[in-house]
Amino acid sequence: MHDLIIIGAGPAGITAAVYAARKRLNLLVVTRDIGGQTAYSGEVTNYTGYQFISGPELAAKFEEHLRKFEIELKEGEEALEITKRGDKVLVKTAKGLYEARSAIIASGKCSRELGVPGEKEFKNRGLTYCVTCDGPLFSGKKVAVIGGGNSALDAAVQLMRIARQVYLINNTAALSGDEVMQDKVRAAANAEILNNARVSAILGDKMVKSIRIKRNGREETLEVEGVFVEAGLIPNSRFAPGIERNEMGEIKVSSRNETSVPGIFAAGDVTDVTEKQIIIAAGEGAKAALSAFKYLMQHKFQ
Amino acid sequence: MDKKVRIYSTPTCPFCIRAKQYLKDNNIAFEDIDVSANQQAVEEMVAKSGQMGVPVLDIGGDIIVGFDREKIKEALGL
Repeated sequence: MHDLIIIGAGPAGITAAVYAARKRLNLLVVTRDIGGQTAYSGEVTNYTGYQFISGPELAAKFEEHLRKFEIELKEGEEALEITKRGDKVLVKTAKGLYEARSAIIASGKCSRELGVPGEKEFKNRGLTYCVTCDGPLFSGKKVAVIGGGNSALDAAVQLMRIARQVYLINNTAALSGDEVMQDKVRAAANAEILNNARVSAILGDKMVKSIRIKRNGREETLEVEGVFVEAGLIPNSRFAPGIERNEMGEIKVSSRNETSVPGIFAAGDVTDVTEKQIIIAAGEGAKAALSAFKYLMQHKFQ
Repeated sequence: MDKKVRIYSTPTCPFCIRAKQYLKDNNIAFEDIDVSANQQAVEEMVAKSGQMGVPVLDIGGDIIVGFDREKIKEALGL
């Protein structure tokens, strides 16, 4: 029986693990990957202490910090279910069932799919959700980024340096991300912003050859070999149906990171905390660990 | 272990980094092919794997797409 199970190893989960390890809790971390969305970010310029660091580098620093402690880590294990039975929290994965006195859910968010024909068929055949990973494969090619928020702008900025031409396909009247990033995209000679444009299909044979978009009521076809989907994120909270969530699926937490189930805490992007930022997720992870510690000290277990 | 191991990767892809770390942790010698700097390598990778995502591992002719630990273990006979 563990004192605490942490689900997820992004900024929130790793920070929670570091705090919990320093409190000498008997700890288990169960996670699909390490670094979470940070590992996929291009440039990070707002994490205090680093004026500029790449996402993968910052994620590597988080991991290094985590591995300074002897923490039991199950990487590549996704939580399938979390339940509470009596005083015990049970976490089920494809490989096992783990028991603890408390848990922190820090499972973050994942990419929202477009839900258009061709998306599944052409995944990894020109269509990708990870510009940081796959962007360099499209050197000298025409590509489209689908989205208009910060992650789409970040993707466009990365691709402007690699691809021949970047189309930013935004389904609203104006972009919604950072002004600084918007200016970078507008200033680029090889980037074009298409507002009020909606993707209706991904086309090709073995690989992507074009996309069909509907813009201002008219259908058109854009020839591209790469499609980068950056159409927002959805919280990884489906494995926690017994815990109260908001209409977006985010886990509701108190200012002490308590969920609706005593002993189960949550932190970072999977929660309804306002603003999704690396530094905020890290801070929330620290808070959640301290709250879990307090719970473990004060609660009378049977 | 006489199988020749190659990994097609990009420098920034988190799963490429993890896959390479996994090989190192298991003392497997491998050739790292950075496809971001080499269009010919991209074509070779696409031809072998039929897709464009990284990482791709070629373990003695067994092609594994992504950091699939179980498949890598099996191909290496670990």
